[in-house]
Amino acid sequence: MIGFLLKRILLLIPTFIGITIVSFGFVRVLPGDPVLLMAGERGITEERYAALLAEFGYNRPMWQQYLEYLKDLLHGDFGNSLVTKQPVLSEFFTLFPATVELALCAIVLAIVIGIPAGIIAATKRGSFIDQSIMGTALVGYSMPIFWWGLLLIIVFSGTLGWTPVSGRISLLYFFEQKTGFMLIDSLLSGQKGAFASAVQHLILPTIVLATIPLAVIARQTRSAMLEVLGEDYVRTARAKGLSARLVVGVHALRNAMIPVITVIGLSVGTLLAGAILTETIFSWPGIGKWMIDSISRRDYPVVQSGLLLIAAIIMIVNLLVDITYGLINPRIRHQ
Amino acid sequence: MRKTPFVLGCFAAALLSTAAHAKTLVYCSEGSPEGFDPALYTAGTTFNASSKPVYNRLVEFERGSTKIIPGLAESWTASDDGLEYTFNLRKGVKFHTTSYFTPSRDFNADDVLFTFNRQRDEGNAWHKYTEGTSWEYFSGMDMPALIKDIVKVDDYTVKFILNRPESPTVANLAMDFASIVSKEYADSLEASGNQTSLNQMPIGTGPFKFVAYQKDAVIRYQAHGDYWDGKQPIDDLVFAITTDNSVRMQKLKAGECHVAPYPNPADLEALKADPNLEVQEQEGLNVGYLAYNTKVAPFDNAKVRKALNMAINKQAILDAVFEGAGIAAKNPIPPTMWSYNDAIVDDGYDPVAAKAALEAEGVTDLSMKIWAMPVARPYNPNARRMAELIQADFAAIGVTAEVTSYEWGEYLKLSKDEDRDGAVLLGWTGDNGDPDNFLSVLLSCSSVGGSNRAQWCNKDFDDLVNKAKASSDAAERTSLYEQAQVVFKEQAPWATIAHSVVFMPMSNKVQNYKMDPLGGHRFDGVDLAE
Repeated sequence: MIGFLLKRILLLIPTFIGITIVSFGFVRVLPGDPVLLMAGERGITEERYAALLAEFGYNRPMWQQYLEYLKDLLHGDFGNSLVTKQPVLSEFFTLFPATVELALCAIVLAIVIGIPAGIIAATKRGSFIDQSIMGTALVGYSMPIFWWGLLLIIVFSGTLGWTPVSGRISLLYFFEQKTGFMLIDSLLSGQKGAFASAVQHLILPTIVLATIPLAVIARQTRSAMLEVLGEDYVRTARAKGLSARLVVGVHALRNAMIPVITVIGLSVGTLLAGAILTETIFSWPGIGKWMIDSISRRDYPVVQSGLLLIAAIIMIVNLLVDITYGLINPRIRHQ
Repeated sequence: MRKTPFVLGCFAAALLSTAAHAKTLVYCSEGSPEGFDPALYTAGTTFNASSKPVYNRLVEFERGSTKIIPGLAESWTASDDGLEYTFNLRKGVKFHTTSYFTPSRDFNADDVLFTFNRQRDEGNAWHKYTEGTSWEYFSGMDMPALIKDIVKVDDYTVKFILNRPESPTVANLAMDFASIVSKEYADSLEASGNQTSLNQMPIGTGPFKFVAYQKDAVIRYQAHGDYWDGKQPIDDLVFAITTDNSVRMQKLKAGECHVAPYPNPADLEALKADPNLEVQEQEGLNVGYLAYNTKVAPFDNAKVRKALNMAINKQAILDAVFEGAGIAAKNPIPPTMWSYNDAIVDDGYDPVAAKAALEAEGVTDLSMKIWAMPVARPYNPNARRMAELIQADFAAIGVTAEVTSYEWGEYLKLSKDEDRDGAVLLGWTGDNGDPDNFLSVLLSCSSVGGSNRAQWCNKDFDDLVNKAKASSDAAERTSLYEQAQVVFKEQAPWATIAHSVVFMPMSNKVQNYKMDPLGGHRFDGVDLAE
């Protein structure tokens, strides 16, 4: 197991270097630069343009800039935003809890509904229930997130008035955010009604963000279950007279979970990508919205370091998935 | 939030315990501020969150107009040669007392000198106080070349000495970059080695004091109890940052905010029909135009330019691009600006006459490019669509036009080239309500190769504008600018397309809100009905 772990961790190093190159290069291959965008219609003189480029160090050869970036990274310096002048790392960690909170709620919702739905569809294969579940999952998978979010807001917030339109908590509540996770902070604040308000604000964005992973998990669970249910050991278990619930819930499900866990792990990337749209619709102050704003402003330090941090998190999650996979399935770690 | 100053307990408790009594106005703003030191930035969203609630300037724009009124200066005088402006400062003006700063003195001349010297003096310790500090507006308004010196005559008198007479100077000092910063606060930050806090925890003399900012989510302010112009009718002001237009309008309808800017044109009808809402509207202080390159044939011929202008169906553009939220432009300055020459008659839409005029000039089989901006701006919400409509209009008179575009930064850079190929769609939003800010910046000879996208240098026009700039007689300036607009219309360096109309939906509980012709959003003087 230790060898397996070491191998996985060592593999992270070249991946990490690759990501620094991609994240550094990505924003620079985009046309335009931050100084021109900063000046806008008002324009800027050639001298001033050159002076500002020099001040940011963007007049140097690309390879020099990259080496400087790597050197700073190794010193733990992720740079400062050109726009807000704030350290990128501090901005990231201010916003990241909001994204994590939403992503966690979404993945929990996707698992809690997606896995049972997939199991039911598999056990009722070919029935109306199966087709309904899989049809709904297909619709969910194909759903344009922006449209879906707006639709939910218009119906549930606008027309019915059941949920708040956007934000993380009612503006009535004002307290120090100790953890950045609104559910926890609202509880810690001790203010009456704060937690309920935070939960209400989470409902719609969670549904929107969970839609695609939920569909994927339901479909994956169904196909994995169908495969497992046809195996000899399941037939044996049934022949032994075990109840259908025990056969499906214990014998089949455990084996069917291996590919499902992989899909859940891969969903982390989807959740972060989906968060960009969800956060924009629901005015959710997370890293998705932050990255979009920074790309449009060509805020080089934020884009390159922000991408790096997000990629690093996805890599770590994938590592954890690999380890979990190895724990569940000994054949993997012995390969 | 962890780094944000937090007015512990007391404010939270006060807000909640007095929630039943405190008047809290919630403004659903369209974006996050870049910072809270307005002199560092150029974006209106940043000014709405920083300079407008938190700061004052020596002179101010009167709410709802571009008229200059006294601010932190009670009065001012100009020398006869127009080279010296003396400001008499208001006494007894208090800076904000917050959890992070307690002022020990009132506002005085030292604060004025600090405010401007940090921007103009490269040796000032605050000139580079954050990484990549650039005083874009101060530089953009040519203030470093204009100001020779700023002298403290006494604690309450300051003299600005200029290198050349320039009438818009006073209007410039009402702009956001000229917001007066507390020197005492800056000194305390410098002493503690925490200079960047000036851009995160502002201290001003304005109607509201800063309380807290949760990045990309909420900004909180509290009415300044010792405000020199009296405490505000509302107690608390909250900016709920909501970037999507449709969502912002849903929040307004649901009562989650009282004021929400920039509705989608398609939503206007429903908003106007809502009995709980009121929709104010005002012509924006802007102009959208198509600038020919007057240095390149055949666009160096004014008759060709006028013929092309006649081929453009502006009404179709207003309907399709502005969806009713715009008016046709005939002058390079908007109708709300003083000196607007309403006597000028626009080139009527007449494709037959346009074709004949082109033929009369010997222009046949003309091919050209139309540059379409890649971004939406108030003066042009959809440049690609506008370009396509103009392309079709030109095709109707036998002119083949190709629509081209670049990334925004590249677009702004390449469109300045004096040998540029093609006519450029662009526009301008006024900074200070002065016609010079349009006519000189966009059309003077000195701006050729820069913000003068038509590359147009006309001596008659230039003389009129320069004479107006040097004059301090308002009537004379008005007359000169009116004449300049006549020259502009005859020479037609641009096809003037449209001025946008800005809509501001709000709860009908909001009282005394006045739309700012300069495009800002101000909440001083605004009240909420019980």
